[in-house]
Amino acid sequence: MHSLEELQQIAARIRYRIIEMSRYGKAPHLGSSLSCVDLIVAAYFHFLRISPKDPSAPQRDRFFLSKGHAVSTLYAVLAEKGFFPLELLKTFNKDGSSLPEHPTPHCVPGVEVATGSLGHGLSLGLGHALAANIQNIPYRTMVLMSDGECNEGSVWEAALFAPIHKLDHLIAIVDFNKWQATGRSEQIMNLSPLKEKWSAFGWQAYEINGHSLEEILAVFSKIPETPGKPTAIIAHTVKGKGVSFMEDDNNWHYRIPTDEDLQKAKQELFP
Amino acid sequence: MRNAFAEELLLLAAQDPKIVLLSGDIGNRLFDKFKTQFPSRFYNCGVAEANMASMAAGLAMCGLKPITYTITPFNTTRCLEQIRDDICYHNVPVLIIGTGAGLSYASLGCTHHSCEDISFLRSIPNMTVLCPGDTMELRSLLKAALNSNAPAYMRIGKTGEPLIHSSPPPLQIGKGFPIREGTDLCIFSTGNMLPTALETAALLQSKEISAHVVSLHTVKPLDTELLSSLTPKYSLWITLEEHSLIGGLGASIAEWMIDHTIQQTKLLRFGTPDRFPHPIGSQKYLRAQYGLEPETITGRIIKEMHHANTSCYTR
Repeated sequence: MHSLEELQQIAARIRYRIIEMSRYGKAPHLGSSLSCVDLIVAAYFHFLRISPKDPSAPQRDRFFLSKGHAVSTLYAVLAEKGFFPLELLKTFNKDGSSLPEHPTPHCVPGVEVATGSLGHGLSLGLGHALAANIQNIPYRTMVLMSDGECNEGSVWEAALFAPIHKLDHLIAIVDFNKWQATGRSEQIMNLSPLKEKWSAFGWQAYEINGHSLEEILAVFSKIPETPGKPTAIIAHTVKGKGVSFMEDDNNWHYRIPTDEDLQKAKQELFP
Repeated sequence: MRNAFAEELLLLAAQDPKIVLLSGDIGNRLFDKFKTQFPSRFYNCGVAEANMASMAAGLAMCGLKPITYTITPFNTTRCLEQIRDDICYHNVPVLIIGTGAGLSYASLGCTHHSCEDISFLRSIPNMTVLCPGDTMELRSLLKAALNSNAPAYMRIGKTGEPLIHSSPPPLQIGKGFPIREGTDLCIFSTGNMLPTALETAALLQSKEISAHVVSLHTVKPLDTELLSSLTPKYSLWITLEEHSLIGGLGASIAEWMIDHTIQQTKLLRFGTPDRFPHPIGSQKYLRAQYGLEPETITGRIIKEMHHANTSCYTR
């Protein structure tokens, strides 16, 4: 088990790597990737029971990155966990790479599903959670979504289905960074009050600071708090978190960092 | 066909614990026995087809054999992206059943018609498209699809279709099945047009024209081996389908003919035109509007043969 301090160090390393990946792979969505680093680090280094030695074991916990555009974070975390060599991250978004800008099916060990079109992950996760019941295998399924993604009707179809079937081993996390591709999410499709929406749908819902590893671990430790209820975690986050000039600036949904940006980010992340 | 589907599925589910049935809130009482016998393998997914399709993909990724069941357009075009991204892209064994193929639900209006489904689904990589001609073909194809370990789509009728086979024929996915021997021309029928194909053949027989009839129950993969073998035998091919002329069986065969420079064979396609029907009526009524009854089909075939005989071009 890692200490909070260790997890914070891992998160800083991951942040730097994904900025490098964006720089050298010329890949956008850096702001979206930075906002979910702490959540994914906490999931893989503290909560999920998945071994890099047997990444397709039937009893493994599942993690689905439904916001597939933030996959650089998932790749970097999987590499840090040892699912594949760190060196491979250098090929991100290059021609013929096994690490494309959105994940393809089984592109590298540890990536469960291909995502990219929003609103698919929670339903895919539901399928796995339901299969756990049918096949009587006690694994957990965690799905990380974006707030913009919650515009999709299919998210709410899935949200209606899970509580009926008492899938308390299903966990939905919303990376609520308050931005979507072209503007403030509350001005495009207002989601608030988001926690109350999930509660009203029959989920055990929580609201946390998605950058406080302490709060993330605390909420993970409660799952499932109410037997029979799936868990929804509304994680308040900041797009571009960790680098002052990227934080809450939606230009980093598409902007590619320069060498200078990379140097500045390095100084901030490793003071 | 719905009842035969429910009956056959019950038998198959008893033998295969991997089969899971997902229904989009239809089939009232149709699956009562299934629900009683296999309560942990039946889920009413509500009126939420996108979730149902993706969830089925998730179940299939875990080694199960899910079947999604609802009215054809809701189970195909409504959730086409989920079928493409989650089922076909991951190449997992989900069987999609569209009930009410073509104009089966004619009187319910265009929202319930499915004359574009074959076209949409056959263009997706990894997908198999199945159109049984009667309940016996359905039983045979259902078993084959569930053993195929790959994505498949099957469009079935509703109830009361005429029976062509007396028992389930030994159908293989991707292999056309000869229904009637003939020497003058070849009719390829897919799905619920099979009885019409045979009635047409009988009408032609009364005019001393001998029609060969094949059930092309699988539109994708197309039985190109069969097509190659039939090219030298028949100079007139007919395709029958309760589906748009854009992208269906006739279009598939036309594509194959162009790609293989088939010039000695004339192709005459019967299907639905590129317009929504108005006014609406029964299946019989709409088929008549679209020239899909045996008499009209026979008339057009005879006209074509007459034209061919009087043409100065060598066929």
